[in-house]
Amino acid sequence: MVEKTIDLRTVRKIVSEYGNDHDSNLIAILQQTQGEYGYLPKQALKEVSRLMDVPLTRIFGIVTFYSQFTFIPRGRHAIKICTGTACHVKGVNEVKQKVKEQLNVVEGETTADYQFTLETVACIGTCFLAPVMMVDDRYYGKLTTDTVMDIVDRYSGDNA
Amino acid sequence: MLKSLKSYDDLVSMRKSHDKKHKRDTVKVSICMTGCRALGAEEVYDEFRKQIKKQKLQDKVEVIETGCQGLCARAPVMTIEPPGVFYGRVTVDIIPDIISSTVLKGDVISKLCYAEAGKKIPYLKDIPFYSKQKKIVLRNCGVIDPNNIEQYIARKGYEAFAKALFDLEPEYIINEITNSGLRGRGGAGFPTGLKWEFCRKAKGDIKYVICNADEGDPGAFMDRAVLEGDPHAVIEGMLIAARAIGSERGFVYVRAEYPIAVDHLKNAISQARELNLLGNNILGSGFNFDLEIKMGAGAFVCGEETALIASIEGKRGMPRPRPPFPANSGLWDKPTNINNVETFANIPVIISEGSEWYKQLGTKNGTGTKIFALAGKVKNTGLVEVPMGTTLREIIFDIGGGIPGRREFKAAQMGGPSGGCVPAEHLDLPIDYETVKEVGAIMGSGGLIVMDSDTSMVDISRYFMEFVQDESCGKCVPCRVGTKKMLDILTRITEGNGCRSDIEDLKEMADVTKTASLCGLGQTAPNPVLSTIRYFMNEYEDLLKTGS
Repeated sequence: MVEKTIDLRTVRKIVSEYGNDHDSNLIAILQQTQGEYGYLPKQALKEVSRLMDVPLTRIFGIVTFYSQFTFIPRGRHAIKICTGTACHVKGVNEVKQKVKEQLNVVEGETTADYQFTLETVACIGTCFLAPVMMVDDRYYGKLTTDTVMDIVDRYSGDNA
Repeated sequence: MLKSLKSYDDLVSMRKSHDKKHKRDTVKVSICMTGCRALGAEEVYDEFRKQIKKQKLQDKVEVIETGCQGLCARAPVMTIEPPGVFYGRVTVDIIPDIISSTVLKGDVISKLCYAEAGKKIPYLKDIPFYSKQKKIVLRNCGVIDPNNIEQYIARKGYEAFAKALFDLEPEYIINEITNSGLRGRGGAGFPTGLKWEFCRKAKGDIKYVICNADEGDPGAFMDRAVLEGDPHAVIEGMLIAARAIGSERGFVYVRAEYPIAVDHLKNAISQARELNLLGNNILGSGFNFDLEIKMGAGAFVCGEETALIASIEGKRGMPRPRPPFPANSGLWDKPTNINNVETFANIPVIISEGSEWYKQLGTKNGTGTKIFALAGKVKNTGLVEVPMGTTLREIIFDIGGGIPGRREFKAAQMGGPSGGCVPAEHLDLPIDYETVKEVGAIMGSGGLIVMDSDTSMVDISRYFMEFVQDESCGKCVPCRVGTKKMLDILTRITEGNGCRSDIEDLKEMADVTKTASLCGLGQTAPNPVLSTIRYFMNEYEDLLKTGS
């Protein structure tokens, strides 16, 4: 697959903000790069490797180790369904099933219109309101199969 | 802009001037703006402020956003003082009523009150959920605005650190912590004072202090609440540790899944810098210390200290064998002291009140209090802080209000994927590090998930195994292969395809994984399986019978 060309100025700016002298910033740089592009494009990683003077293999090692990182373009909104213990006990599986059916994706996939990416998270620390999910950085609690799609739908418009 | 503090006296006078400013006859409306956001707290808060402004009540009413107030089951919640009422399930449309009745007249709106056995309990101090707790670590959580350092200082914040800085020698501080009996709240329960002493004695010109806020156990949210609700308590604890071991630089490693915690912590650090409580020549003492936040990227194993260090260094977060322990060779091979969020939040109290006072709380094997994240099949889900030695029955039934519906209590899962399920026969066990271990669970970080008669224990055991198998970093064979094999067997059993020998195989595999794994993740991974086999063998039997 030919990757579409990306604007490398974005990643250059990120690296220059953190400074290229410290490996310790590598994960933060990758997080911000993914935040800007929506995923980690190969060209951006090569640029990080060049600027930081860190072998691309090591960067690849980091990216594949941490579950937050992805090489595949993401949707506009990230739906993170919690599969923690409390959510498990309180029936999150049915809720998750409903979202999967309605959006026609499985975990880790993005909808055809790039509006949503569905993810599961082992716990988002909101167990007291289980079952819960996050859409981007917002928490939603006490979900049921009836309410979950109302919330998702709020994000489905163009401006959402 | 805050004015930089140049001495201990400056800090004390800042507190006093805040006291003077705030001794007015105002009604204080505290709205939880952290966990409660999941059920619309932001809308409630915005509307409340709007109404107060519209009705020109700003001089009479103070609306503050707080961290977790504890009784999360009633979210979104608020406290109004006076008269000291606690309201839950607050909606935007009832706010005008709250202002006209409760805020202005002190009348109670009964439908917003907490109810137990059909009886409404309007005042917070009368609600058993609160009256049976002992808040030490959560002393400010849900009370102050975590984004306002002045409110922390008004409650004698940073004065324990100032005392440690100007009046106490590092050896004395460490002795106090050792004598207090404080043990690590992250799970393993290692004596904190001893850890500090190792690090102080370790050779090296540069030393680091790290706060482990990588709360990854599914079912745990104590650290999240402390960071969101009282971030300065953690910073103050880290400052005292830095003074004791001789460190100038610290890190907080926090999960990316906790955006509010990261946000509040960032704010707290920048305010502390403005006041010269972090940075160079702190309070004119000549002591330097500064802090950075490092965000995790979604790897449970990074809660293990050597993996966490690797992650801060910008590497794959994989554990390494110990020794050497981080106290001798940690971050960039320098002596490093790592404690958990809750452990750090205990420190200022021990320094200000003294170790003798602290020791009176709890039991011999576990002094002080412990925060539990109460969730699952229990009425009052939320954040609970009780003295060590409190029984599960008190936590689940007296504070937690028992099991909803007509179902019965079956087990409490303690310690997440490293812990185990404690059955009803141990409900009256006083909880501390050792007692919990004896019954096959661990104190862990404090996640407490209540399970009722509807929950299948074999399914829970499989659930945790799936989790650890997924999170195993793959570095050592026993953990990588052992968790996979155990998961295969458990899956087979839950699908009704198990056979007799499966139980023996599970036990054997558990034994090897426990003994031979490199780090805590693998060493404790079999615990949920072993504890469910120990107490709920009948459920395994039932599934084996239905199989071939």
